[in-house]
Amino acid sequence: MSAPLDIEGPAAPPRSNGELLFTEPWESRAFGMAVTLYEAGAFTWPDFQTALIARIAAWEATASPDEPYDYYQLWLAALEDVLAGLCAVSSDEVTVRARALARRPPGHDHRDLHDHDHPH
Amino acid sequence: MTTTTRGHDEPPSVALRTEALEQLLTERGLIDPKVMNGIITQYETTVGPLNGAKVVARAWTDPEYRHRLLEDGTAAIKELGFGGFQGEHIVAVANTPTTHHVVVCTLCSCYPWPVLGLPPSWYKDPAYRARVVREPRTVLSEMGLELDDEVQVVVHDSTSEVRWLVLPERPAGTEHLTEEELVPLVTRDAMVGVAKAAAP
Repeated sequence: MSAPLDIEGPAAPPRSNGELLFTEPWESRAFGMAVTLYEAGAFTWPDFQTALIARIAAWEATASPDEPYDYYQLWLAALEDVLAGLCAVSSDEVTVRARALARRPPGHDHRDLHDHDHPH
Repeated sequence: MTTTTRGHDEPPSVALRTEALEQLLTERGLIDPKVMNGIITQYETTVGPLNGAKVVARAWTDPEYRHRLLEDGTAAIKELGFGGFQGEHIVAVANTPTTHHVVVCTLCSCYPWPVLGLPPSWYKDPAYRARVVREPRTVLSEMGLELDDEVQVVVHDSTSEVRWLVLPERPAGTEHLTEEELVPLVTRDAMVGVAKAAAP
């Protein structure tokens, strides 16, 4: 079931009318987390939607004209907001864990983190 | 050479934050990765504009179904086996030679997932969301749809519980086609109202 993470393999990312559904693997994970949590009853969809609208509105109020719009980044931020509000996962916990993941040694499965310059 | 290229003051990438959040949620029993993978695969493979195209082709060929679709979109769509999350209240609106409907979500990205799948990036884009309300003819023209001046343009905002589905006009010259042959003519963009269904 790891097909969504496979960007060039046999299970290439799906397209809808020619457009990539998710342009990066993490986008599908962020999408899937929100829907899975909703279906499990962790929050109502209006709760999430309200958080998403607030994140989008805040971005539109503060972004510079040439700043690219990253919808799923706002989606993830909204999800973090809702989970923090429920005391399920705090923003700091996510940051600490993400920093730990960034320190993983070479050779680990860093499938979508090739923003450093060492060869593989 | 080192992999710790990120300093401690630098915020982790959004990809790392996503992975971190998924780990924490899994460890706390709040998500089951297998369930989540199944949901993602479902949206990647089975839920998409083909579903809506089947609804439109049925409405083009069955006047009674068309009537039911316009009366109660959710129920008529369910007849074909489509429905569920983000499709609880779908309202279908029919384009005519004198009225053209187009759909937007001004505040975020509401969209009828069961019949159209997930929205394309332009639908989520701030420019489309703001401008199609203010200057729909200009936006539609930029997207390749020129409408005569006498055609009334109606913009539907999906901010409420309602998800809109545009029933495009059946293209001229397709009278001889069957329902199955009509399905490929129905594009996602036609069902959002930023294009017309084109003859083959």
